[in-house]
Amino acid sequence: MNIVVCISNVPDTTTRIKFSEGNASIDTSGIQWVINPWDELSLARALELRDDPASGVKKVTVAHAGPASSEPTIRKALAIGADDAIRVNCNPSDAYYTAGQLAAAIGKEGFDVIICGIESSDFNGSAVGGMISEFIGIPSVSSVSGLNIDTGVPVITREIDGGRESVKVPVPFVAIVQKGIAKEPRIASMRGIMTARTKPIKVHEPVDYDSLTEISGFEKPAPRAACKFIDADDPAKLIELLQNEAKVI
Amino acid sequence: MSVLVYTENWDGKFKKLSWELVSYASSVARMMNMKVIAFTIGKAGEEDMKELGRYGADRILSLVNSNLEVMDNRAHAKAIADLAVKEGSKVIIFSNNMTGKALAPRVSVRLKAGIGSGVSKLPLSIEPFTVYKRAYSGNAFADVVIRSEIKILTLAQNSYEITERPTGAIPETTEAEVDPSLVATTVTETQKQTGKMLLNDAAIVVSGGRGMKSPDNWGPLVELASLLNGATACSRPVSDEGWRPHEEHTGQTGKIIAPDLYLAFGISGATQHLAGVSSSKYIVAINSDKDAPIFESAQYGIVGDAMKVLPKLVDAVKSIKK
Repeated sequence: MNIVVCISNVPDTTTRIKFSEGNASIDTSGIQWVINPWDELSLARALELRDDPASGVKKVTVAHAGPASSEPTIRKALAIGADDAIRVNCNPSDAYYTAGQLAAAIGKEGFDVIICGIESSDFNGSAVGGMISEFIGIPSVSSVSGLNIDTGVPVITREIDGGRESVKVPVPFVAIVQKGIAKEPRIASMRGIMTARTKPIKVHEPVDYDSLTEISGFEKPAPRAACKFIDADDPAKLIELLQNEAKVI
Repeated sequence: MSVLVYTENWDGKFKKLSWELVSYASSVARMMNMKVIAFTIGKAGEEDMKELGRYGADRILSLVNSNLEVMDNRAHAKAIADLAVKEGSKVIIFSNNMTGKALAPRVSVRLKAGIGSGVSKLPLSIEPFTVYKRAYSGNAFADVVIRSEIKILTLAQNSYEITERPTGAIPETTEAEVDPSLVATTVTETQKQTGKMLLNDAAIVVSGGRGMKSPDNWGPLVELASLLNGATACSRPVSDEGWRPHEEHTGQTGKIIAPDLYLAFGISGATQHLAGVSSSKYIVAINSDKDAPIFESAQYGIVGDAMKVLPKLVDAVKSIKK
C-alpha cells in the first residue's frame, strides 16, 4: 500500500509579509520557505503509518506542484523520511490548476491514499485536496483528525459540528486532514538529511489545464487602533467599556 | 439565471450562519440582477425553511434522496452540481465551514467553476468578477478575479450583516438523482455533544493560554464564558499539554474563528495564534507581560495576572446581568 502526501511550499509563518510595488505580488526577498504546516503534520502521520508493520503501508511519496526553486522544500520532506518525491514542473497559479497538475501526476504513479492538509498558509483556499479527488474521480473524506490503517483498511476519524465520527471508505481515496492528525511534525535526523540527497525526485511536465482565478492585488490588514489599557485593580471598568463603548456584551 | 446558496441544516434546523449566508446571497443576486435559490440537503423543519425567505430567498428547496443521508463528499457534490446546472446558477455560495470546504472544491471541478474561498465582503466588482479574501493567514487580504462562467464563493463566518428582505417564498421539495455507487462513505460511530455552544458559532469566545498555569485554574474562565453565553477556547500549548480538548485550539493549525469578542487570558499572541483570531471584531488581552505581542492586536488590555483578574471579571459580569 502506498501513501502520497501533497506538500505546498509556503513562507514561514513568522515571516513578515511584504508586497512588491503596486501590491500586485508578494516580495519574496528574505522569505524563508517551509513545508505548509498542515502538510508537515500529514507527512508525520503518513510516516508513522509506514513505520508500523500492522498498517500494510510500504511507501510514502511526497507530491508537489512547483518550479525547480522549490526543491529544497521537497528535499526537506525526503530528509524527514518520505521515500521518494514527484514534482510537477509548473507555476501553481491557482487551486484548480494546481490540483489538476497534481491529480494527473499522482494518477500516473499509482497510490492508495492521498493525504492533503486542509489549507495552505499562503492563499488559505482549502480547495486543492477536494479538487484532486474530483479530478481523479475518487472518494474524499474531509475534516479528518485521525487516520489509521489496519492491514490496508483505512479507519478514519472525521470532525463534525460538536463531535466526531468514525468513518470507513474504500481505497483509493483522498484524506483532507486537520488538527489532531499527528501530535507534531517530525524532525529530520542527520542520517535523514544525508540520505535525502540521493532519494529520487521524479519530475513531470505539466498537462494542459487553465487557471480559473487570479490574484489582482493584495492589501495589508487595516491597522487596529492602539490598545486601551485598563487598571488591573479595576476590571469592572473593562466590562463597562465592552458593554457601553464596544457594545459587544 | 440564479444565485444558488447552500444552507446546511443541523438535525433539521438552521442557525445564524444560515441567515447570514442567505442575506449575503441576496445582496450578490441584487448586484447581478438575479434570483436567489436557497437549498438544503434532506428535510428541515417547515418553519425553518420558510424563514430562509425572510432573508431574501426567492425559492427555497429541499434536495432529497436516500443516497444523500450520509455525508459523502462525492455524492453531495454531484447532487449540488446537478442542481446548479438545472437552475442555470451563475454563482454558488457555501459557508467557509467544514461542510463548505468539503463540497465546494468538488463542485468546482465538476462545473469548471473558479472558487473565491473565505470571502468576507460582497464582490468588489461584477465585471471582472472580483472578490476580497483573507490571505497569508490573516497577514494580508487578496483581490481575486474569478474568470470562469460559474463562480463559487465560500463565505467566512460572521463576516456579513444579516438583512431582512422577506419574499414569502413557499418551500419546495425536489428529488435529486444520485447513483448509489457514488456513495463511498460509511459512518460506523458518531459521538456528539449536544447543548454546548460551538466555538465557530459563538459571538463571544473566552480563551486561555499558558499564563493560566494549570488545567485546574480553568473554573473561572469557563464560568465567565457561560455568563457571557460564549464558548471556551485555548492556545496551542494548552491543547498540546492536554489541559483542554484539541477542538478548543484556536490558531493557524487549529480553529480559525471570527467572533464579535475574543477575550485572551494569559496568551502572549504568537503569530500562529493570531492567525486564528485576527478576524475577531474586538480582541481583549489580559497578560502579565506588558510587552506581549497580543497587546498590539488588542483594542482593550489589562496588564496583570489572569488568575487574579478573572474572578473580578466574573463578579463584574454577574453584577451587570442582575
